[in-house]
Amino acid sequence: MEREPSPEGSRRALGRLLQAVLASRSEANAVFDILAVLQAEDPEEIQEAIHTCSRLFGALLERGELFVGQLPPENTVLAGSHGAMRKYKIWMRHRYHSCCSHLGELLAHPTFKVKELALKTLMKFVQLEGVHPLEKPKWEGQYLFPRTLFKIVVGSLLSPEQDHSLLLSQFREYLEFDDIRYHAMQAASDAVAQVTSQHPEVSLAFWNNAFTLLSAVSLPCQELDATNFYVKHSEPSDVWKVTHLKEHRKTFQAMWLGFLKHKLPLSLYKKVLVTMHDTILPHLAQPTLMIDFLTSACDVGGAISLLALNGLFILIHQHNLEYPDFYQKLYSLLDPSIFHVKYRARFFHLADLFLSSSHLPAYLVAAFAKRLSRLALTAPPEALLMVLPFICNLLRRHPACRVLVHRPGGAELDADPYDPEEADPAKSRALESCLWELQTLQQHYHPEVSRAASVINQALSVPEVSIAPLLELTAYEMFERELRKQPPETVPLEFIPAQGLLGRREDTCAQLFTLS
Amino acid sequence: MGKAKPAGARRQAPKAPAKTSPNPFEVKVNRQKFQILGRKTRHDVGLPGVSRARAIRKRTQTLLKEYKERDKSNVFKDRRFGEYDHSLSPEEKMTARFALEQQRHHEKKSIYNLNEDEELTHYGQSLADIEKHSDIVDSDSDTDGPGALSAELTTAHFGGGGGLLQQKTTPQEEGGKPKSRKELIEELIAKSKQEKRERQAQREDALELTEKLDQDWKEIQTLLSHKAPKSGNREEEKPKPDAYDMVVRELGFEMKAKPSNRMKTEVELAKEEQERLRKLEAERLRRMLGKDEDAERKTPKHLSVDDLNDGFILDRDDRRLLSYKDGKMNVEEGVEEERSKGAGSQESQEEEEDGEEVDGADSHSDLDSSAESVAGGTEPAEGQCPAPGGGPKGDTGKACKASSSELPYTFEVPESREELKSLLSGRSAEEQLLVVERIQKCNHPSLAVGNKAKLEKLFGFLLEYVGDLATSDPPDLNVIDKLVVPLYHLCQMFPQSASSSVKFVLRDAMHDMEEMIETKGRATFPGLDVLIYLKIAGLLFPTSDFWHPVVTPALLCMSQILTKCPVLSLQDVVKGLFVCCLFLDFVSLSRRLIPELMNFLLGVLYIAAPNKQGYGSTVVHPFRARGKNSELLLVSDREDTATWQRGSLSLRWASGRSVPTTAEANHIRLSCLAVALALLRHCVTMYSALPSFHTVVRPLRALLAEHQAERSHPPELQELSQNILSDLESQKQLYRPLICEKSKPVPLKLFTPRLVKVLEFGRKQGGSSKEEQERKRLIHKHKREFKGAVREIRRDNQFLARMQLSETMERDAERKQKVKQLFHSLATQEGEWKALKRKKFKK
Repeated sequence: MEREPSPEGSRRALGRLLQAVLASRSEANAVFDILAVLQAEDPEEIQEAIHTCSRLFGALLERGELFVGQLPPENTVLAGSHGAMRKYKIWMRHRYHSCCSHLGELLAHPTFKVKELALKTLMKFVQLEGVHPLEKPKWEGQYLFPRTLFKIVVGSLLSPEQDHSLLLSQFREYLEFDDIRYHAMQAASDAVAQVTSQHPEVSLAFWNNAFTLLSAVSLPCQELDATNFYVKHSEPSDVWKVTHLKEHRKTFQAMWLGFLKHKLPLSLYKKVLVTMHDTILPHLAQPTLMIDFLTSACDVGGAISLLALNGLFILIHQHNLEYPDFYQKLYSLLDPSIFHVKYRARFFHLADLFLSSSHLPAYLVAAFAKRLSRLALTAPPEALLMVLPFICNLLRRHPACRVLVHRPGGAELDADPYDPEEADPAKSRALESCLWELQTLQQHYHPEVSRAASVINQALSVPEVSIAPLLELTAYEMFERELRKQPPETVPLEFIPAQGLLGRREDTCAQLFTLS
Repeated sequence: MGKAKPAGARRQAPKAPAKTSPNPFEVKVNRQKFQILGRKTRHDVGLPGVSRARAIRKRTQTLLKEYKERDKSNVFKDRRFGEYDHSLSPEEKMTARFALEQQRHHEKKSIYNLNEDEELTHYGQSLADIEKHSDIVDSDSDTDGPGALSAELTTAHFGGGGGLLQQKTTPQEEGGKPKSRKELIEELIAKSKQEKRERQAQREDALELTEKLDQDWKEIQTLLSHKAPKSGNREEEKPKPDAYDMVVRELGFEMKAKPSNRMKTEVELAKEEQERLRKLEAERLRRMLGKDEDAERKTPKHLSVDDLNDGFILDRDDRRLLSYKDGKMNVEEGVEEERSKGAGSQESQEEEEDGEEVDGADSHSDLDSSAESVAGGTEPAEGQCPAPGGGPKGDTGKACKASSSELPYTFEVPESREELKSLLSGRSAEEQLLVVERIQKCNHPSLAVGNKAKLEKLFGFLLEYVGDLATSDPPDLNVIDKLVVPLYHLCQMFPQSASSSVKFVLRDAMHDMEEMIETKGRATFPGLDVLIYLKIAGLLFPTSDFWHPVVTPALLCMSQILTKCPVLSLQDVVKGLFVCCLFLDFVSLSRRLIPELMNFLLGVLYIAAPNKQGYGSTVVHPFRARGKNSELLLVSDREDTATWQRGSLSLRWASGRSVPTTAEANHIRLSCLAVALALLRHCVTMYSALPSFHTVVRPLRALLAEHQAERSHPPELQELSQNILSDLESQKQLYRPLICEKSKPVPLKLFTPRLVKVLEFGRKQGGSSKEEQERKRLIHKHKREFKGAVREIRRDNQFLARMQLSETMERDAERKQKVKQLFHSLATQEGEWKALKRKKFKK
């Protein structure tokens, strides 16, 4: 084939070739020329070639000019004594296969447009192949799906080399269809198993791709109806596995368990745990199977433990999971960093839930209150505004703990009886202590914090304060709120006149810093 | 209907008709079961028939009329002259109408009729005139004085004919009996006496008014600064400006020695100052404790309606008291003042000249002593805000002397930041200060109306300029140091706008940080400009207040800096320590707790500790227990510790474009540690009274002990940390159990009757406060009015229905009658016809 430099010219040439192949079988060898262009350098040319391939094989599939059934190897057929028609079909089927594998390779092309187009073309082939299956049904009404082709698609999407998040977001549209979703889940679990078995060290890109694909799968809550299929079947049957939500769930579960049993990178751990409670757990066939994963996550410590709590809570709450020393674990999670992590709101929301039971022993609640108020001594104001009402709510719920703020007739002590190092809340002697920390925080520089801490000076009012609006409070919001406050008509002014930037000689600033 | 009348009329209403028609059958008596003392009975007797008749009459006059005219669109227009003009009395109206009528008659009917315009006269006077004005008495005759007697008097005294008298009085007394002569004379005497009395009263009134006016004028005169009398005199004297007169007037205007209050002694002045400071301090304490301000707020000062609210207060005497300053008579300034005041009220062209003169004079005083000029500049603001004690002394004044010779004396207020920048850039620090001061002075709010807004903007521009200076490389900190003073004075003049512009720059800084946190997940330490802004905010506003519109956001901003910005370099440590120092300065008076500060100091100690196993868990957020920045403050070379000299940390390192050498870096590290320890020492002394002091400092203590054990620091630092440790040891604390304040016990519900003091009988006692009572009264009134209105409407409807019914009845009756008539005539016809027929038949 003559190469013409301009894309316009190449398009015309490809168009001519396509016409020729479709018009007469004698020109069939032109397919080689078309396939050759798929490996060209210029992205524009490749796109043209993909278009042409799509049209060519689409037409051939519809005409039924591809061989149906178990495909014999090419050499034997051409040498053998079959009819010319059969030979042609087998030969064409081989060309089709090489075209598909080329397209699969193109999914890793650096240009996004090429990738996108290749994906679209492949999915079009999937659809056409589903309607015109290339294998013979073994029995009447057998469910046929182009599994091998689809496996190529999913396998190249989950490449270990490249980050395919953009392409995967394109692929997400297809996951709306029930059949595609079902087969994607199967193919994904296969791909994950294959990659992890082949390489001992799996790249981060693969995990990210896999997670993006897996998290893109969202199962519907009601029973499926057969109309939402990508491959339209003339007579859908109830016997097919793909029509049942139960089967979907099973595959979903197998996919996630297969994914989570591997050692994931830390960032991915967090991502999985963040979405665990509302996208994964409700759709599993047997949610209790997640217990191993969650408990091991809970033992990791730090932010991951915080996030695992949510999943654990659902298991305990809805699936009757017995989890010993849960509160002790929760207690050990309370350390100074708790007010500075990103998941603060979520943690305190959950902690509020866990501690809302009125059947908790008083020593436990007292230990929590004391621990939290200890930590409050290092907290920024936005966290303090949330945690102070939190502690007060604890005291409200458990009247037995009110001795922490009101102990008439108690003796003066030399030291705080509370032991902060003790891991077991029962032995921390929190009930013998008082919340002096809150008294200290009444001297906080921020007026609202000071006011919130002063609540304990009076007898606590009965209704609890809702902390929900305070959970997401940020320092920036507080700042904005301060600025929006109605200023008084006269702004108080400093009456000592300024003498210089650092102030007078005896000021700390002037003592410790110089301008030059 | 009766209800609408006032109460007095209502009480009399039943009486008056009862007198005229004592028909007992018309009277309805509401019998009372018991006589109750003190109850006012209003409706014991009523006349239902009379009131109903009245209501019906009124309705027929109004409602029925409207009803009958409901379909009529024609309107009757009354074009009679002055019919609806209330200012005309009926007589005047009549005369005017008559005149109009006459005019119409006298209009020429045709041009050929010559006799038309001929006027009839009597003794040369027009008869028509005589007819019209015969009754009008000359109004001036009374005021002519005692010389002329009024016509009435003469006729009465000297015998005008009785007939004439009779004639005159008859129109006045319509229908009454004619008065006798004696009566008439008595009346006349009484009348004249009354007139005399009236005249006297009038004269007295006039006198009093004049006096009052004079007094008022005197009051205003002082305000007008001799302008008005001058102009008055000028008019008179213009023809001959005599040299002598001029000398006399000049002498008159010359400053005279007047007794003033004696000069205060040094001791007294100091005492006064102390008193003022004490008052301000008390105010500050009140705000620090966050007590309710409204309760103690003083009543606002009196504001005149004419006040432009520009800080110009005219409550001093214009004339300067003779005063001495530094042993010299203070004449010049006084005259200047007067002149400038005068200039304010003169014409615009004069104003310009005068303004320049004033500026020139002002700059002279600049040269004399800058302290004086600063005091002068802020003088008019004294009324609003606490006066500053005095500006920078001596040294700057001398520096000004040299530079001011080249600077222009007047400056326009820059309209934009760039303008200000171009005005100030390229000058030395002192010159810049002088320029800003001159701008302030030339555009003092008392000089022109728009100056206030201009100067308010100037504060914002200056603040931005300071930010520019701080971000420039190298930061021009000395200029900022100088510019703080004018910023302070501007802030004292315009607290509102200054606070809003400081808030604006803080908001900008916070916004930048928030954006960075959102995009990157963490922020970097802000530039030096933000730190300078924070420092300036602390200088301009009282930092110890419980809540302050500017300081509280600034505190939040600092907290954000200390918690959200990870320490990545030595420069960050310097910045962080500066913020810590600011933070500590802010709360130095109020002694409030700052957790962020303790965290940061702990972090700094941690990154400076050489051996830190086991302390990682206590380190809080912006610092990491492990990582590449966890050894940022470790001294890399032991030899540098020996050469290090303790000194203050330079802010130059915070701007951080200059890269320090290794030895310098080590020195900075040690300085940072020294600063951190010094700050820690401050904290320890400040927080030792807190109930959980030991809990707060426990991690710090452990780290300090570690530092101490290592013994790698220079001896000064070791001594410092040893001191802190011993301070910590010596603090013994008792833990007192917490006890809630006793709240008021809730009283039990009791069944004894509630006794209420009855202050006035017949009034409802309910409602505790005055507003509540008023509200109840209004609700009651509204209810009654509403009911009354509904009743009225119902009765109106009934009346209308009755009228309509009677109308239809009338119509029906008429129709019936007509029909009857027709039938009747038909019947007679029929009868006649039958009779005729019968007749025929008979025939």
